[in-house]
This record gives sequence, C-alpha cells and structure tokens, in this order.
Amino acid sequence: MSETLLDVRDLTVAFPTHEGEVRAVSNLSYTLHRGETLGIVGESGSGKSVSSLALMGLLNRDRANVSGEALFQGRDLLSLPASAMRDIRGKDLAMIFQDPFACLHPMYRVGDQIAEAVTAHAKVSKSKATERAVELLDAVGIPRAKDRARDYPHQFSGGMRQRAMIAMALVNNPSVLIADEPTTALDVTVQAQILELIERVKREFDIGVILITHDLGVVAETANTVLVMYAGRPMEVGPARDVFSAPQHPYTWGLLQSMPTIDRRLDNLVAIEGSPPSLLRIPPGCPFNPRCPYSFAPCTVELPELRQLAGGHLDRCHLPAERKRDAWKDVLAEHLGAAR
Amino acid sequence: MALYIVRRVMWAVLVVLIVLLLTFAVFYLLPNGDPALRFAGKSPTPESLALIRQRLGLDQPWYHQYGVFVKNFVTGDDYGWPGLGFSFTSNVSVLSEVQERAPRTLLLIMGAATIWLTVGVSIGVLSAVRRQSVADRAAMGFVLFGISAPVFWLGLMALFVFWKKLHLTGGTGYVPISESVSGFVSHMILPWCVLALLFAAIYARMTRNSLLETLGEDYIRTARAKGLSERTVILRHALRASLAPIVTMFGMDIALLVGGAIITESVFNIQGLGWLAIDSTLNQDLPTVVGVVMVGAVAVVFMNLIVDIGYAFLDPRVRYA
Repeated sequence: MSETLLDVRDLTVAFPTHEGEVRAVSNLSYTLHRGETLGIVGESGSGKSVSSLALMGLLNRDRANVSGEALFQGRDLLSLPASAMRDIRGKDLAMIFQDPFACLHPMYRVGDQIAEAVTAHAKVSKSKATERAVELLDAVGIPRAKDRARDYPHQFSGGMRQRAMIAMALVNNPSVLIADEPTTALDVTVQAQILELIERVKREFDIGVILITHDLGVVAETANTVLVMYAGRPMEVGPARDVFSAPQHPYTWGLLQSMPTIDRRLDNLVAIEGSPPSLLRIPPGCPFNPRCPYSFAPCTVELPELRQLAGGHLDRCHLPAERKRDAWKDVLAEHLGAAR
Repeated sequence: MALYIVRRVMWAVLVVLIVLLLTFAVFYLLPNGDPALRFAGKSPTPESLALIRQRLGLDQPWYHQYGVFVKNFVTGDDYGWPGLGFSFTSNVSVLSEVQERAPRTLLLIMGAATIWLTVGVSIGVLSAVRRQSVADRAAMGFVLFGISAPVFWLGLMALFVFWKKLHLTGGTGYVPISESVSGFVSHMILPWCVLALLFAAIYARMTRNSLLETLGEDYIRTARAKGLSERTVILRHALRASLAPIVTMFGMDIALLVGGAIITESVFNIQGLGWLAIDSTLNQDLPTVVGVVMVGAVAVVFMNLIVDIGYAFLDPRVRYA
C-alpha cells in the first residue's frame, strides 16, 4: 500500500456541558493513504464531522476535550500548539464544508479569498497569489477564471462556489483534503460533477481524501475504504468492495436497506427504527442495541470489540458469523423480492 | 455603482421636498396663532397688521406661500442661500443664526462621535473575543452604567469633578476655535466625553452582539480553515461583516444629534442648534423653528444617503439589489 498520510489512534472528543459530558467521538482509529478516498458514513450526530474538525484544530480548545493521537508527517496534530497547527491548517491539511452558500465570505471577491489562503502560508506578493488563485479556479473547471475571480460569491452558482472552495483548499498543494458533506447542499446533477472533480483532483494532486457523508451512494461511487460510524464509534471499517458486497454490521445493513436505488421504489425502503441515542446517555453495551433487530443477551451489557476479519475488514458486533450470513441472506432475499 | 448613487441622490432630493412641505404645513397652515400678530408687537392697529401680512406674504393662498418658501429655500433669498427667511423676534436672518450655531453643534458631534466609535467598537470587539472573561464582564458593566446614567446628571458631575475640584478642564460656555485652540479643546472635552458615553455604551453592546453572531458563521470557519491568524479572522473577516448594523445606527445617530444635542448643549451652555431650537420654540419664533427643523431634516436625509452609499461599499450584494 502507498504512503500513509494520516494515522489516527483512539481519537476521542468530549464536550463538557451542564448536564454532563457529551461524547461526540469515542476511540476512533483509522489510517489514510496517499491516493485513497476514505468514506466516513453515519447519521447526523454520529461524530463524523466533529472528528474531522478535531483533526483540523477547528474545535474550540476551551470547550472540547480532545484526546488520542493523529500522526501526520511524524507529528501528532492533536498535541501541537495552536500556532504550529495554524501553519499546517490550510497548507497540508485542507477542508471543504457542506454549505458552499455560507462558506465564502459574502463581501470579498472569490479570487481574493483564495489568494488570501496563499499569502497566509507563503511570503508572496498579492498579484502572485491572485495568479495562483486564477490558476486553481481554472483547474477546478471555472470558465473564464480570470474574470470570474473578480466576482463576489453571490454571483456564483452553488456548484461553482463548491468548486471555488475546492480551489481554495488545493491552492497550497495539501496532502489531505477533508470534504465534509460536500454535495449535500447541491442539486443532484451538480453533486455528481463535484464528486467527479474531487476524484480528479485526488489523482492530479496525488492526495488523500476523507469524504464525510450520510449518503452511502456517494461513498459507493468514490471511496476505496468505508468507515461506518454510530454514536461516535466506528462500527464497521473495510475496503469499499467488501463492505458493500458483504456488509457485517446490522447498522450497515440498515443503512443499505434505507438507501433508495433505481430498482427500489420509495415505499419499499426500510427505515431503521428509532433514532440515534443522545450522546449524553449512550446506551450501555453496543450503542446500536436498542434499534438493532438482532440484539441478544450480550449486546446490552458489553461493548463488542472491533473484530478483525479477512482483508482488513473490521466489525464491531456480537453476532456470530453464521448468524450474520443467514441474516444478510434474508435481507438480500427480501430486497430482491421487493424489487420484483 | 454610479447609477446607484444617482438614484439615491434623486430620492434624497424628493424626500427633502416632502419634509419641506410637511414642515411648512405644520407651522404655517395649522391654527397656531397669527404670525402677523406675533410679529407686530403689542396692540397693533388693523392697518399695520394688514401691512405686515402683505409684507410677509401671509395674505397669499397657502400654495403660493409654499411656492415662495420652496423657491427661497432652493434659490436663496436676500440673506443668502438657502433662504430661510428672518426671525420674528430678533429680526435677524435665520440663515445667519443657523450659520453661527451650526458649527458648535457639528464640532460637538464630530468630537463625540470620534470618541464613541473608537471606544465603543474596540470595547465591543474585545469583549466579544474574550467572551465571559473578566474583561467582558467589566465591559458589560460599563455598558450598563453608560446606558443608565442620565446625561444631565453626568454632565453636572463631570463639571463638578474635573472643572470645579480638579481644575483640569475649562468650564461651561463655548470658545471658538479661531479664538483659542487650547481654550476650545478644554471647554469641549467634557461635553464630548459626556455625550460620547451613552453612545459608546450602546455601540459596545451592539458591536459585541453583532460580532458574536458573525463569529458563528460558516465563512469564519472557512477563514480559520485557511490557516489565517486569529487576528485576521476577527478584524478582516468577522468585523467587516458585523459593521453593517453599526453603520446604519451611526448615520441615524449623527443625523438626530444635528437636530440638537439639546441636553448636552444646555448643561454645558454651548449655544448650538439645540439651544436655538429650544429658544425659538419658547419664543414662538416660527421662521427660526422652521430653519432648525430644515437643517435637521436635511441632515437626516444626507446621513441616510451616506449610510446607503457606505453600505454599498461595505457589502457588494447591495449594489445589485
């Protein structure tokens, strides 16, 4: 496998509140390699965004307790002083966000905002920085980039703004791009273009991408590795091919069953019963047990370990392997029956 | 942008004309006593009253009077431009009266505005950035004091302490800048500070709230994600976006004060426009009242124009609206 860019070990993020500690992320570990797209999937509140904000040092240190390790180029991002983290942020680690309508400053020209990312990290003239900004806008597919760089964000469409955000993220040649729900706020046709663009820049810039989404379809199209999170914990991790062909965790099954596809009508979708737990009171044992149709004795008592399966596939579930095979077969049969 | 400004200026002219009409209506058309009677002095003969009516144009229909009023205002009269007529009580032209009083009020406002903008906005930024710190709490305490303290009490206390007891400043009254610069400053410093305190308090709180709101915006997270220093994030990204309500408020405050910083002028005996307004109202000296109202109205319209244009410079989205 190619070079390891990011090695996250036991990342835990907790927010102390008046009612107690909110554990947004618990013992999250993963590695990201150059040229890889890691898809992090989960419902709202599963900790997928918070874990990335913690890596970027974008959480308020006074209000969030972050522990664990995140090794990047031999340094632990989580223990770096704020100033050192600022040098890395936007230069080696870049991030784009969900709502491109709100993420660009409404009062500055798009080109200037991108150029600002250049001058934040290198002593270059404003005109050189602007040149670089135009170059990047061109690279992400903005037509007449030189003119459009002088536009304000409100003169851009949603897709163009997300392209501009990507240009801003890439302007300093980072190693890692974190994309937090980059297509959620966009039209479906534009979504595909942005995903394609992220794939293209991943190859051209030879970087690693962390793609955070609640949409398994997005992950299926782009990710090499899939990490399914629930209540702040990784439930299933593995190569995308394995996770989609032989999903192990009942939560993953639930996600797959609730995903609309071309041959499945809306009335055949199966929703996961109940709602995610409050992070103030995560249920004992497996956090998914109150919603899990296969829950049995140990699930309510003991948190299952992340078990190692073949081919780097990890699964956090008490169910024995044979039962899983049968259960997944039933799910598939039901799905195929419904499709007919 | 040019078109935008032209459009705003034309609106401003229209608004001034309407204000002029209303002022005229209120003071000349409403039954408010006969101006000629007041002008004529004690026990006038019917002949002299008729003569005065004719001289003042009061025998003409109201639209004719309004026409003459507007014409004089726009083109000027015997006393200069803009024509405001002459005072019924002092027989001096209202224009020269306004010209003498206006600089006092304007200098009072300019000095105070400089103080309250710098003090208010910096306190607001500081307490927003250091939210819930000791400094923030102290600042909000200051705000509460500034908003609650009545200006006349504050003015008298300031005079008592800094003038009477400590002899640090000049007392009441106004010293023209042409006469003595140091005298001007030492007489103005207390009125500046007293007038500025209330506004500094309001602006500090407004800046704090506006900035805290902006700091929660997504584009501030973007700015941080770029790796900008916290200083740049606050001053260049957050403060810029927080300025809009402050600019609006500033324009209105200045305009209203031009109409008369009445209490401050009274406490410190600076005979500016506010003093003129009170004096002429008490004397029922209608042309002077109309003159002061017109100055105030034009100030409001003018400051609105400035605010609108300033807005367009601040926020590009306004230019195309």
